[in-house]
Amino acid sequence: MNSYLENELQKRYNLHRFWTCPEKSVFLETHRNSIRAIVGNASAGADAKLIDDLPKLEIISSFSVGLDKIDLGKCKEKGIRVTNTPEVLTEDVADLAIGLILALLRRLCECDRYVRSGKWKYGDFKLTTKFSGKSVGIIGLGRIGAAIAKRAQGFNCPINYYSRTEKPDVGYKYYPTVVELAQNSDILVVACALTDETRHIVNREVIDALGPKGVLINIGRGPHVDEKELVKALTEGRLGGAGLDVFEEEPHVPEELFGLENVVLLPHVASATVETRTAMADLVLGNLEAHFAGKSLLTPVV
Amino acid sequence: MAESPLVLVQRPPTFDFMDELLSRNFPVLTTHHTSSAPLLVFLSRHASSVRAVVSIGRFKIDADFLSHLPSLRLIVCTSVGTDHVDLPECKRRGIAVTNAGEAYSEDVADYAVGLLISFLRRIPAADRYVKSGQWAKCGEFKLGIKLSGKRVGILGLGSIGSLIAKRLEPFGCIISYNSTCQKQSIPYLYYPDVVSLAANNDVIILCCALNDQTRHIVNREVMESLGRNGIIINVGRGGLIDEKEMVKCLVDGVIGGAGLDAFEKEPGVPVELFGLDNVVLSPHSAVATPGSLDNVVQLALANLKAFFSNQPLISPVRLN
Repeated sequence: MNSYLENELQKRYNLHRFWTCPEKSVFLETHRNSIRAIVGNASAGADAKLIDDLPKLEIISSFSVGLDKIDLGKCKEKGIRVTNTPEVLTEDVADLAIGLILALLRRLCECDRYVRSGKWKYGDFKLTTKFSGKSVGIIGLGRIGAAIAKRAQGFNCPINYYSRTEKPDVGYKYYPTVVELAQNSDILVVACALTDETRHIVNREVIDALGPKGVLINIGRGPHVDEKELVKALTEGRLGGAGLDVFEEEPHVPEELFGLENVVLLPHVASATVETRTAMADLVLGNLEAHFAGKSLLTPVV
Repeated sequence: MAESPLVLVQRPPTFDFMDELLSRNFPVLTTHHTSSAPLLVFLSRHASSVRAVVSIGRFKIDADFLSHLPSLRLIVCTSVGTDHVDLPECKRRGIAVTNAGEAYSEDVADYAVGLLISFLRRIPAADRYVKSGQWAKCGEFKLGIKLSGKRVGILGLGSIGSLIAKRLEPFGCIISYNSTCQKQSIPYLYYPDVVSLAANNDVIILCCALNDQTRHIVNREVMESLGRNGIIINVGRGGLIDEKEMVKCLVDGVIGGAGLDAFEKEPGVPVELFGLDNVVLSPHSAVATPGSLDNVVQLALANLKAFFSNQPLISPVRLN
């Protein structure tokens, strides 16, 4: 948990650090009638059971834009408010997506290692893959997807996208299925929300369509991608490469990927800058403050 | 049939990517001697008919070399930089020089942006953190620095500098520049010297030519002006920076950090940099894609064909 957020919550409220409780059921027994708010994040939210266990729960304020860890249906049913942190992290996430593409295609991590290990004295590094002009296919053209598209256009990349509905005014090429998007793109970027419909949206068929010259970039959620299939495709050379910021069971990452030089692995850092995490924390705090003061929420989802 | 060579190719042994195309088009003589004496003897014996030299790699083309090629009238460089060529001597001898023009510009611009994002968001270190198993053991990684809204000063707004600016604008960066050419049509803010460029920016990106005026143009004064949160990205030549001072400034926190693709004595890199976490290092790879190599091969061929048919050269370098 972000220490600035933790400190501020500690100052303003009676804060319970749920992740430190050795016996969560005991904690819930003791405190169930006093908990009025939950602050969650990308890895921990509130499922139906937890919501049911907290009869006095009024609001869930998530330190993330993703809501996949919260049972929104249950919240709607019980009149529990939910807030997240949209927009403040859009730029950082989009920046990191492009950063992943460049680091992957131009082997920047390998290059840095190459120099630090002293190997450069014995020979030049090999040729890498050009980014400019490559076609970029984006799954999900929301705030983050649109920001990625805008940045990729600066590199003369033709932009393709898949979305639940076609967006007529964007000027990018729409594909009605993710497989077709993958067939027609050099670089496939996952930038949609994680829902029941989008779980494993990048499956074996999509990975095969992307192929040995294609690369996958995931700055969405780990479960967007069938990770087992992805690992197989990469270790068997059927996929050109991957830049991944998220995984199905964070912080556990399939170790088969550790030795691959056509894979860049990041520890879920797409919104992890000092500036953005502070802005996200301020949104969480601002939403809680508004709620308890009976004012309009800043960034309500439910 | 032993035709007198018209084209001399001077290249390191492994850089043979142009051999086939050149020998298909011209009688070619190839050498990869790097030290003077054997090379000059070689030239005296074999190169009197050579009218064009294709220079691949960093071998110095100096007055001595030129004096052993009496028929030489053209030097085709496969680099953009021509700091390894004695240009005044070429001018004196009536030898034209061409360089890589815009063959590499996109790849170098891409790379500069890649180095900057990699630095700010700690990508190489984060990748190491995951691949060494530390994420599962040690928890959250260090926070990075936001790129959007950063003020970026470009030193040298030529072909490469302009493409860098075009790429950084959609990221919300505020672009300014210092360059030998200040044009009304350029939409970015101009600073008259490097110190003021550094003083007013969070990042400076070096992509100007290396010559007598620009050697060590990034010196201690510029780095102090850039300040303890300031970042240098170098996709130009190592000689643009006073490397000894830069190492001190990085170690002592006078500047925030650097992304470096070039060094003063490549492939030598100051060892003090290897242990720093506020640098991203790269082995002069900004141009190294098949696309860029293809471009430069085609360009070299086009320059040679133009030369031998008395047409205007495609990418001539100004010699004064």
